[in-house]
Amino acid sequence: MSAAPLVEVRDLAVSFSRGGQSIAAVNGVSFDLAAGEVMGVLGESGSGKSVTLRALLRLLPEHRTRIGGSVRVDGHDVLALRGRALDDYRGAVTSMIFQEPMLSFDPVFTIGRQIAESVKRHTGVDDKAARARALEMLDRVRIPSPARRLEAYPHEMSGGMRQRAMIALALACRPKLLLADEPTTALDATVQIQILLLLRELQQEFGMAVIFVTHDVGVAAEVSDRLGVMYAGRLVEIGPAVDVIESPSHPYTRGLLSSIVRGDMRGTRIEAIPGAPPDLAALPAGCSFAPRCAHVRPECLASVPPMRAATEDHAARCILVGPLAPA
Amino acid sequence: MLLYLIKRLLYVVPIALAVSAVCFSLVFLAPGDPLSAVLPADASTEMVEKLKADYGFDKPIPVQFARWVGRAVQGDLGTSIATGRPVAIEIGRAISNTFVLAFFACAIGFTLGLFFGTVAGYFQGTWIDKLVTAIAVAGVSVPHYWLGMVLVIVFSVVLNVLPAVGMGADGSSQWAWDWEHLRFVILPAITLSMIPTGIITRTVRALVADILAREFVAALRGKGLTDRGVFMHVVKNAGPTTLAVMGVQLGYLLGGSILVETVFSWPGTGFLLNTAIFQRDVPLLQGTILFLALFFVALNLIVDLLQTLIDPRIKRS
Ligand SMILES: Nc1ncnc2c1ncn2[C@@H]1O[C@H](COP(=O)(O)OP(=O)(O)OP(=O)(O)O)[C@@H](O)[C@H]1O
Ligand code: SF4
Ligand SMILES: [Mg+2]
Repeated sequence: MSAAPLVEVRDLAVSFSRGGQSIAAVNGVSFDLAAGEVMGVLGESGSGKSVTLRALLRLLPEHRTRIGGSVRVDGHDVLALRGRALDDYRGAVTSMIFQEPMLSFDPVFTIGRQIAESVKRHTGVDDKAARARALEMLDRVRIPSPARRLEAYPHEMSGGMRQRAMIALALACRPKLLLADEPTTALDATVQIQILLLLRELQQEFGMAVIFVTHDVGVAAEVSDRLGVMYAGRLVEIGPAVDVIESPSHPYTRGLLSSIVRGDMRGTRIEAIPGAPPDLAALPAGCSFAPRCAHVRPECLASVPPMRAATEDHAARCILVGPLAPA
Repeated sequence: MLLYLIKRLLYVVPIALAVSAVCFSLVFLAPGDPLSAVLPADASTEMVEKLKADYGFDKPIPVQFARWVGRAVQGDLGTSIATGRPVAIEIGRAISNTFVLAFFACAIGFTLGLFFGTVAGYFQGTWIDKLVTAIAVAGVSVPHYWLGMVLVIVFSVVLNVLPAVGMGADGSSQWAWDWEHLRFVILPAITLSMIPTGIITRTVRALVADILAREFVAALRGKGLTDRGVFMHVVKNAGPTTLAVMGVQLGYLLGGSILVETVFSWPGTGFLLNTAIFQRDVPLLQGTILFLALFFVALNLIVDLLQTLIDPRIKRS
């Protein structure tokens, strides 16, 4: 890649103050994303996936949150944006679709109005043009009888339909980066697949970059060019999706993948990795996976292991990875 | 729904009857012979005879009650002992004065309540929120007569800028929209506005804080809406509940406040009631209590029906 990447995240750190405690939800996340590239993010509950995404759109509660590091998206210094400049960035350069489409629409406004509102905000067109654009988008995400759906309230639609409408809303201003936070988790299995196919199709058509958060390794493998794995607020492994899935380097990734492979019946979750993730209010000094790791060594506990390259574009945060690994 | 409506309306009948019975029996509770309770001390013989016939004291009590109710339904509530004017006219004038006071108190209370509540909701958990909430709690808990007297001492006695009592120069009890009358309404309206201010503040604060914490607000910000754009959504979401609470508050203030009207000698229904009690003006007392009681019965009915109408989730059988 010769041109500067679309997204550059460096040492992103997010902590919340809550009841006198500081909760370190994200602890030094760095990655690049090229225009049009799809990155999947895997990780168990509480590993900081949603917080990372929200930081990219600056959606965290302002006065309780400390954000460090830097985020550049399409030339914008995202963490430095203020006021109007931040509003201009949100929804136009980067937009987001959420896990629960029912909760992410305002229940007392029609779907059409909520899409048109965003279009008007960013393009300055009049009501009529904004509604026309909303209609076009509803049609584009293949919502049946879209003209009627413009007038529908969120509760009048099915879950899958609402998520389609959410996608229409998110893409209405042709963002360069789409953040998708478990967009199919709340949906039925068959609807999930339809939504995934739709997202992949639109991603190719619009040529936007996507960061796709999911619990589901199958989904991640399906949609991602690259795959990142998060643990306790850190990216512990990142690389081409195929490489990460076929030859995982980090012991945590290996445990995560084997738990899926062995849990061959849908809905059964086999806990392949004994133990629980660390307390984010009191992170250990060394590798945060050490208490659950079968390969732990004294060096692991001294300091947080750096990212080490397994291959040219595949790296993991474990001392056992790469040519310099201790025997 | 229709069935519920009918049922709810039918409930009102026994309540209204019970209220009337209590009011009617006031004549017998007064010390001495019931006739003397409804007659001025210097009543002429014809007057005594006329009243005897009117009340039918020679008839059995149920018949007396039925006649009294019959006349009340036609708007004849008897004659005030103190003024000699028909009770219905006294009450009518008092109601319009109470409405004037309630109008100003609501204007103040709703404005302050909406403002404070919105600010506190937006700054939930910060010192601003704590300050505003403290003010609201104080507003609801400070005794009316105390606040009223403090205001009178400060603005009437010490600063001498506003009148302390009455609703117009030289004891006028006829409202007019000019500064001469406005001066009189300021202090009682402020005093009376404390409760709606407190209640609207608390309601709006809770609503706004709850709405702002919802996921869709993050989604609205995420699509680039400005603070003003987001605020429009907050308003529309908080609107119905806020309006319902304001309606209830307006209703209560329209019923009049004995304490505030008495402290400021504001000639409304509350003041009228107080006068009737202290002057032992039994017909006036009967009429005023009957009117106020029926007013609150009707108010509760309306609030109940509106809530059922607004919120389809309240299923009543
Ligand atoms: N607004 C907030 N205030 C305080 N703590 C928060 C806040 N948002 C998230 N957290 C905490 O940050 C940590 C990471 O949360 P995050 O939502 O990013 O997890 P996640 O990886 O998305 O998990 P899931 O898969 O369950 O969605 C959690 O411990 C969570 O409790
Ligand atoms: S650094 Fe050590 S403890 Fe951490 S995953 Fe690697 S081997 Fe396990
Ligand atoms: Mg999440």
